Amino acid sequence: MLERTDYRAIASRFRSLVALLLMVLAFSIFADGFLSVDNLWTVMRQISVNTCLSVGMTLVILTGGFDLSVGSILALSGAIMAGLLKFGTQLEALDLYIGYQAPAAILIGILAGAFLGLFNGVAITRFKVPPFVATLAMLTIARGLTKLYTGGEAITGLGEAFVSIGSGRLLGIPNQVWIAAGIVVAVAVLLKRTRFGRYIYAVGGNEAAAQLSGVNVKRVKLMVYTIAGALSAVGGLIVTSRLNSATPIAGEGFELDSIAAVVIGGTSLSGGKGSVLGTVLGALIIGVLNSGLVIMGVDPFWQTVIKGFVILLAVVVDRLNAKE
Amino acid sequence: MVAVEHNEVVLAAEGITKRFGGIKALDGAHLSIQAGQVHAVVGENGAGKSTLMKVLAGVHRDYEGRVLLAGREVAFANPRQAQEAGIAIIHQELNLIAQLSIAENVFLGREFLNPLGLIDFRKMYDEAGTLLDKLDLHVDPRRSVSELRVGQQQIVEIAKALALDARVIIMDEPTSAISEREVEVLFRLIASLTQRGVAVVYISHKLDEVSRIADRITVMRDGRTVGSRACRELSHDDIVRMMVGRDVDEFFAKAEVARGTEALRVEGIRLDHPDRPGDYLVRDISFSVHRGEVLGLFGLMGAGRTELFETIFGLHAQSSTGRMSLGGAELHASSPLDAIEAGLALVPEDRKLQGLILDMSVTANISLASIAAVERCGFLSERRERILAADYANRLRIKTASQRQSVKNLSGGNQQKVVIAKWLATKPKVLLLDEPTRGIDVNAKNEIYKLISELAAAGLAIVMSSSELPEIMTIADRIIVLSEGRQTAEFPRATATEESILKAALPRSLSAS
Repeated sequence: MLERTDYRAIASRFRSLVALLLMVLAFSIFADGFLSVDNLWTVMRQISVNTCLSVGMTLVILTGGFDLSVGSILALSGAIMAGLLKFGTQLEALDLYIGYQAPAAILIGILAGAFLGLFNGVAITRFKVPPFVATLAMLTIARGLTKLYTGGEAITGLGEAFVSIGSGRLLGIPNQVWIAAGIVVAVAVLLKRTRFGRYIYAVGGNEAAAQLSGVNVKRVKLMVYTIAGALSAVGGLIVTSRLNSATPIAGEGFELDSIAAVVIGGTSLSGGKGSVLGTVLGALIIGVLNSGLVIMGVDPFWQTVIKGFVILLAVVVDRLNAKE
Repeated sequence: MVAVEHNEVVLAAEGITKRFGGIKALDGAHLSIQAGQVHAVVGENGAGKSTLMKVLAGVHRDYEGRVLLAGREVAFANPRQAQEAGIAIIHQELNLIAQLSIAENVFLGREFLNPLGLIDFRKMYDEAGTLLDKLDLHVDPRRSVSELRVGQQQIVEIAKALALDARVIIMDEPTSAISEREVEVLFRLIASLTQRGVAVVYISHKLDEVSRIADRITVMRDGRTVGSRACRELSHDDIVRMMVGRDVDEFFAKAEVARGTEALRVEGIRLDHPDRPGDYLVRDISFSVHRGEVLGLFGLMGAGRTELFETIFGLHAQSSTGRMSLGGAELHASSPLDAIEAGLALVPEDRKLQGLILDMSVTANISLASIAAVERCGFLSERRERILAADYANRLRIKTASQRQSVKNLSGGNQQKVVIAKWLATKPKVLLLDEPTRGIDVNAKNEIYKLISELAAAGLAIVMSSSELPEIMTIADRIIVLSEGRQTAEFPRATATEESILKAALPRSLSAS
């Protein structure tokens, strides 16, 4: 009976790591050009968006919730940033035009994402809508708003300063990798070393016990959805600046990859168990798989099928081990 | 019913060893069950009773040793096979599907079909109704199980076993969650079952019950069978000695503590019934408790003890009325957080559902309600948290391999101590304990009593509810009796008798008859 759970959690994380290394090894052998510095950065760059979304998703899932709206929030906040940069704001009544510098546009975009997340949280805590339903509704609402806002067309030509975020490097490392890494570290610290982080685990582990212990369960839930919304907006920032364009279909289906990363990373869908580190491994596994399969020239349709089986396998292995 | 010779051995376990990982839960245990008898299996928590029962009922397959059914060796692949062979088990945590009706539960997996292959509800309701009548449960079999009280649900489980024509019914702590009246109903049922030749295996901590109904008693300790004798050959002391493997020195006696100043006063607490407007779960309860005093709250199931505690603790701010004051200052608790900050602490009735975060470590559980105390500059200090938790774990003598162990791996008694430790860490002025010894073994119970006594001596005001008479009479300085949400009596310990308390606790309609 010695610390069985701790041992298991470590073992499960270790398994993800071994799986990741085995995949890297296999692709290095079978996919010509997979193992190169250039491709490494490409993979890291590709997963940076999913990492942002998945980290937020991890918080939500740790409380026992769920968030389907991350992809749509990404699109809407990205479009807001692009719209503000490109067109500014016209206040006709006052005959006033406001232009935006990149930092202001980014800030407003992220606040918009946080607000949409908060909206999810209010629906879930105040009106007791199941998270699955509330965020499914937001998935549709935010996507629709994005299409309205962009008029169904991409907003492009966003200016040097904004675009450099997605294409520049700092100390040789792509900016978006820095951003994703910063978020991972910040949220990992938040989870493990702050009261709020402990409350997240407590709410997901046993909501009734947490409430009786003085945890403000509603506030914790509101916060995680708000953070998930803000992190989706950061994903929107990366996508939009990288492409120098905000499209109405940006981020479609991203919620699935982010849920996959969380699940592969060993976080329990019933809440209370999991870690950001696991999620990062999950995102890496998906990223490496994508890249390797592309380089090997596997039919894209088959790639999707394979990814599905990997998710299934990850969970099945976890379950079998839980049973001993 | 298959014709069975009374006293014939229907089911036997020989030399059963069962390992979980490296740990032996059973170590050569044996048990021999005779038809028409009540066979009690007693032992402290962790003695292996439940594991042995799960072996008999086909839940565990990988064990060493032999299970003999009517003299023939059997190896059940799953619980269903065991059921079909006539062995039914009624777990402590009942196995009913709350959303389904009583009848659907009774015949789950064996539904009657009409010629079209659809479920023949009429027949199912009729048959279920007949069974329920036999068991003296007069409710409509169409009703959903979720509407029934725990005691009634238990009877549905028995109906399920009877519908299967069970020859052996195993009951795991059947009285742990039901009222005294329901216990009487259960005992009558058990008597009629044994008359019909059914063997009942009865697992319980409650020795009074065991010596009342058992024909034979088997005592288990550390996965082994210590002894198996006819009930009349064993006194309580004999049984306890066999259970713990040593002589019991003395019964617990609470230390007398001088009553201090008033700590908590509640007046006219009233809680609305959630479904029936105009009806109340708690009706005009008023009491006060002083520093150094243990106030006992006695009531049967449904008396409103838990609801009263929850209301005081701010969980029902929207649907309750009444006034409270703590140490003379008025208290408005609109959430548990308010209550905690004012100096209240509540150890809830069900530690797994409301007390613990099972997947969290001992340390994290202990620190949860007082976590602000281990913060430094907005971050948790691991060191401070460890020290805080270790301090309370030592004081409460919590037995665990490591502080980082998940609480779910601890025994019931130690889990309960973790919950109490969590609340003591908040440095409360008043400690509310809702059934603090539910489902824990004799030794752990005595430790909890001792702890309560020490805490009171240290000046804490304690309100403790219980549905066990001997317990409340041992530990409380003063006893308030609740019945159907009303306060029906109050006794100082000196004048309280079991009869007077129980009389006050019985619902009116019953005590009148």
